[in-house]
Amino acid sequence: MSKLVQVTTSVNGENVSRGVEPRTNLVDFVRYDLELTGSHVGCEHGVCGACTIRLNGNIVRGCLVLAVQADGGTVETIEGLSESGKISDLQDSFLSRNAGQCGSCTPGMLLTADALLEENKKPTRTEIREYISGNYCRCTGYEAIVDAIETTSKKRQGEG
Amino acid sequence: MAGSNGLSIHDRPNSYIGRSVPRPNLSRLLKGRGSYADDVKLPRMLHVAFLRSSLAHAEIIKIETDKASAASGVVAVFTGKELAEVCSPWVGVVTHLEGMRSPPQDVLAVDRVRWQGEPVVAVVAQARALAEDAIELIEVKYKELPLAVNMKTALDADAEVIHKDYENNLCWERNVNVGDVKSAFAEADVVIEEEFQFGRHTGVTLESRSIVADYDPGEEMLTLYQSTQAPHMMQALFAKHLQLEEHKIRIICRDVGGAFGLKAHAYGDEFATVAISKILGRPVKFVADRMESFLADIHARDHVVKGKIGVSKAGKILAIEIDDLTGIGPYSVYPRSSGMEVNQICNLTGGPYKFENYKARGRVVFLNKPPMCQYRAVGHPIAITVTEGLVEMAASAIDMESMEMRKLNMVADDDYPNKTVSGIPVENLSHQASTDKLMEMVNYDEIRDEQKKLRQEGIFRGVGFAALIEVTNPGPAFYGVGGAPISAQDGCSVKLDAKGNLIVGTSITEQGQGAESVISQVVATAVGITPDKIKVISGDTENTPYGGGTWASRGTGIGGEAAAKAGKVIRDSILDVAGILLQNEPSTLDIQNNQVVNKSDGAERMSVAEIGRVVYYRGDTLPKDFQAEMMAVQHYFPKSYPFAFTNSVHCSHLEVDVNTGFIKLLKHWAVEDCGTVINPQNVDDQVRGGVVQGIGGALYEECIYNDQGQLLNGNLADYLVPMSAELPDIVVGHVESKTFESDLGAKGAGEAGTAGAPGAIMNALNDALMPFDVRLTRQPFTPQKVLEAIGKI
Amino acid sequence: MKPAAFSYVKPATLGEALGLLSKHSGDAQILAGGQSLVPTLNMRLSAPDLLVDINGLDELSGVKLEGNHIRIGALTRHVDIENSSVIAEHCPLIALAMPHIAHPAIRNRGTFGGSIALADPAAELPACICALEAKIEVVGKGGERKIAAKDFFKNLFDTDLKDGEIVTAVEVPVVTPKTKLAFDELSRRHGDYAMAGLAVTAKMDDKKIENINICFFAISATPVLAEGAAKILNNGIMNDGSLKKAIEQLESDLDPLPDLYASSALKMHYAKELLKRNLGNWIS
Repeated sequence: MSKLVQVTTSVNGENVSRGVEPRTNLVDFVRYDLELTGSHVGCEHGVCGACTIRLNGNIVRGCLVLAVQADGGTVETIEGLSESGKISDLQDSFLSRNAGQCGSCTPGMLLTADALLEENKKPTRTEIREYISGNYCRCTGYEAIVDAIETTSKKRQGEG
Repeated sequence: MAGSNGLSIHDRPNSYIGRSVPRPNLSRLLKGRGSYADDVKLPRMLHVAFLRSSLAHAEIIKIETDKASAASGVVAVFTGKELAEVCSPWVGVVTHLEGMRSPPQDVLAVDRVRWQGEPVVAVVAQARALAEDAIELIEVKYKELPLAVNMKTALDADAEVIHKDYENNLCWERNVNVGDVKSAFAEADVVIEEEFQFGRHTGVTLESRSIVADYDPGEEMLTLYQSTQAPHMMQALFAKHLQLEEHKIRIICRDVGGAFGLKAHAYGDEFATVAISKILGRPVKFVADRMESFLADIHARDHVVKGKIGVSKAGKILAIEIDDLTGIGPYSVYPRSSGMEVNQICNLTGGPYKFENYKARGRVVFLNKPPMCQYRAVGHPIAITVTEGLVEMAASAIDMESMEMRKLNMVADDDYPNKTVSGIPVENLSHQASTDKLMEMVNYDEIRDEQKKLRQEGIFRGVGFAALIEVTNPGPAFYGVGGAPISAQDGCSVKLDAKGNLIVGTSITEQGQGAESVISQVVATAVGITPDKIKVISGDTENTPYGGGTWASRGTGIGGEAAAKAGKVIRDSILDVAGILLQNEPSTLDIQNNQVVNKSDGAERMSVAEIGRVVYYRGDTLPKDFQAEMMAVQHYFPKSYPFAFTNSVHCSHLEVDVNTGFIKLLKHWAVEDCGTVINPQNVDDQVRGGVVQGIGGALYEECIYNDQGQLLNGNLADYLVPMSAELPDIVVGHVESKTFESDLGAKGAGEAGTAGAPGAIMNALNDALMPFDVRLTRQPFTPQKVLEAIGKI
Repeated sequence: MKPAAFSYVKPATLGEALGLLSKHSGDAQILAGGQSLVPTLNMRLSAPDLLVDINGLDELSGVKLEGNHIRIGALTRHVDIENSSVIAEHCPLIALAMPHIAHPAIRNRGTFGGSIALADPAAELPACICALEAKIEVVGKGGERKIAAKDFFKNLFDTDLKDGEIVTAVEVPVVTPKTKLAFDELSRRHGDYAMAGLAVTAKMDDKKIENINICFFAISATPVLAEGAAKILNNGIMNDGSLKKAIEQLESDLDPLPDLYASSALKMHYAKELLKRNLGNWIS
């Protein structure tokens, strides 16, 4: 085991400081060291998107960032975004449209959808499908998720 | 089967049957508050990782683990020999598949490794990373052995026989012979023969297999947090092989991140984890990572099928014959066996059609590749692709619209009860109504006109169909008769609390399909309580009735009916008390929206919460000779038919870029008849998810092996799963042919999407390429295959 | 899988970083975006003793217009290049390539220099900078040097980078009103590595093509310039005949390597198809 490195970071608005092995990735740090298990691990090679998390305001693959790289920065997970209410309309749309089945991809999908709607307030269905094309879902066939994101964007634009 | 006072669940007012209410459990998943096995953290918990064989077939000469045992953070190291002392081997054979054989399988390889990825050594450490570090210090000396990795040659006289006690690599053979196919083919005006191939692929559940085993030596109690579909089955198996008592094993599966059949089998690495916990007396966690999932999860669908159809020039199907060959792993999987795909293929080929002559041979051969077993729609995609491929080819040969030919041969909707050509009883299906509905949904004439026009511009679009029957709600004939400890029945407990809420326990399980939603909606309807006052508990062998779990599309049909029955009993019990308190005959009362009401005018009389208060706190106000029972348990399994068959019909519309070989799916339609639909949105999304998995098999997914039995694409960059940008919107419609085996009338819906999509896509692809006079029949249909077929490369 | 253990250091200056790389030569690897490095660590395909995190070297980041070229700092993240108006205006070929690189979460971390230094045969940016005749700026213990893009990519994942050197920037010529470009790739799923890809730059003066660079990626071990095809098209006005000849010439220019999903024949076919599709509309 190599020497621990001290990581001081703000996670969902709470300052944490921990000694971590350099090889610990951000999603494992968040899940095991901080016990925030809402972010999931699906592949550990950056392809499935289950570990999507916000680092310094941008979505990243939690499995491809080392925990030590979050030092001095900010991390936001699904728990934080839920508690702040930032994505509550997305969550409501997902709930009423059944856009989550087993829930494995769901936190990553919500983080990604949240980032999409920040960048593009009125995405077409094609644009939605392209933006979430890095998030693997095995259960829904994606259509319900596209529907829910589209509904949310329309509601935000006041289109009912 | 109506309730004690003759009421059917379909007569209930304020019914939740047929309503798309949001799933009670989805809220917490949306907030990141799911509780999956890997989220479980127990005091002093250890982590196990496995050294797995890098070779497909080799003798284990020596294993040196001293350096690993001494490594930092390592608590124990176990070889197959050591674990065999604690966990007995198993044989994955079911006796009703006559003649099936498979040798005993240990949890870890003992003297030989027989597939790349077979676990050999277990390392237990304080962290997964430390266990993996220690694995690098283990030396295993192998002596490589010749391989059998090609199913087409595995039965040749000079093939390497994997199991020395057997004379060849045959695991099982099944033959079906109905009527006289030889004469029928001789009589037929047109006979079409074709060979179809299906790529070996795997489930790729986003949550990989995970288990936390916690053996407490104080209580001699084993508690498992397992990502599984069938906790009672696993309880029986762990008890048997680890010499424990079943009631001293508790299995909890709270949130399961997708299963699709993968998580209904016995895996050596999971049993090893449990054995290790028993040995060490501490919690041990195992989470298969993605790379090992590709090597260690069951694979499925590796088949080559020769198909033959004979038709009259008027379009009547006279005979179908198939010869199916599949290469499984070196063992048949325990406890459900690796013969089910072949069994279903033999049972279901030709399914929707009425014809007299059918011959099928199915052979299962052992290979030095990962074991194969049940994965969503088990065998159906193969049976249906073959059947529907032959049907469309025959229709084309006699210059008939394929849909017309189907309609000519379909079993008529009023011709039930009936039997499949393979002899299985069928209660009621709706091929005709479903097909009519599909053709209303699909703008078929427009598609054909457009196809003609676009062909002239060098744009090649195609449309294809697949009609099918699907096995759901299986009874004991499926597994129980074969000796497997798999319950074919399910139960539901309903308890009224002191505030008028219902606590419901179900033995079916949830993996995202909405099982808990179905139970909640059914109980709400049966009792008259609103869903917000109902809590459903599933996936806990200690807190639910005994049952089968969720697989083979049985949750709603079987678990739902048990819930309907239990709900009715509780309703009657509540009204018995209400009758006493209100001085009215219970038959004049009903429960609606949490209130006891007059049946006649709906006037509210008293709340159910008040009933709860009286029963629990003021029993002194009830008659001495009366005992209120506010908890009911009911069980159910279908008894008349071995399965509840459903039917479906699919249409695929796609475009082939003949310069790149890329296939663009333009749209997909499916009409599904699964009987009573409890939650339309959930069912439609199940169909969609199923269709997309079928698309995976048809276009993208294949475990690619070299001739040394080494997997070449065991990661998510190289194994292609369907992602959102390439998929069409999928339109779903329904016909409802209730089963009369239950009051609920629900059949299963989980798998038909996967069953029908590949056949429809193959037919659409070949329809698109009609001007090139080619036929593609080897899935997945990759650009390479398309361009080679049309001669571009 | 979890990576093998390694030590970690985050130098504050480029000099410090170079010193560490030199001191731990052979045992150290640079951590920039990490989007390609970390998967190899997670799969234990790579097990360095030391990771040198250069993300603190702000001077290596940024896009600057410097006369007739743009200087792209190696540490500039893909997302920043994707959103850069300077790139959009002065280097549209790279702007065209950016959305094809993986997915947003990857582009938020991955760096321009990282993509160049890794030299994945299926990557977009190495081919773009070859087509653009860019220069790669590299710094090592021995000082600074500039390497022409086409000389930088030597073999599979193998570049001209010497031990202890870091890519610090890439200089890309700006477009002129006479510049013609094309960028295209064929992949089975959005964001996947390409099965075949094409980046083309040329000067078109009154319909006459000059200085055309036709660069393919995901065909061979490195980006490959189709020089024979370029020669056929240079100094002439493209017509059906010359384009057809150029496409045929690819049979000599290219020696495709097969991969898991594409035979050499398929790769060659794709290369021809890409050239046909993208230069077809240059014919007036």
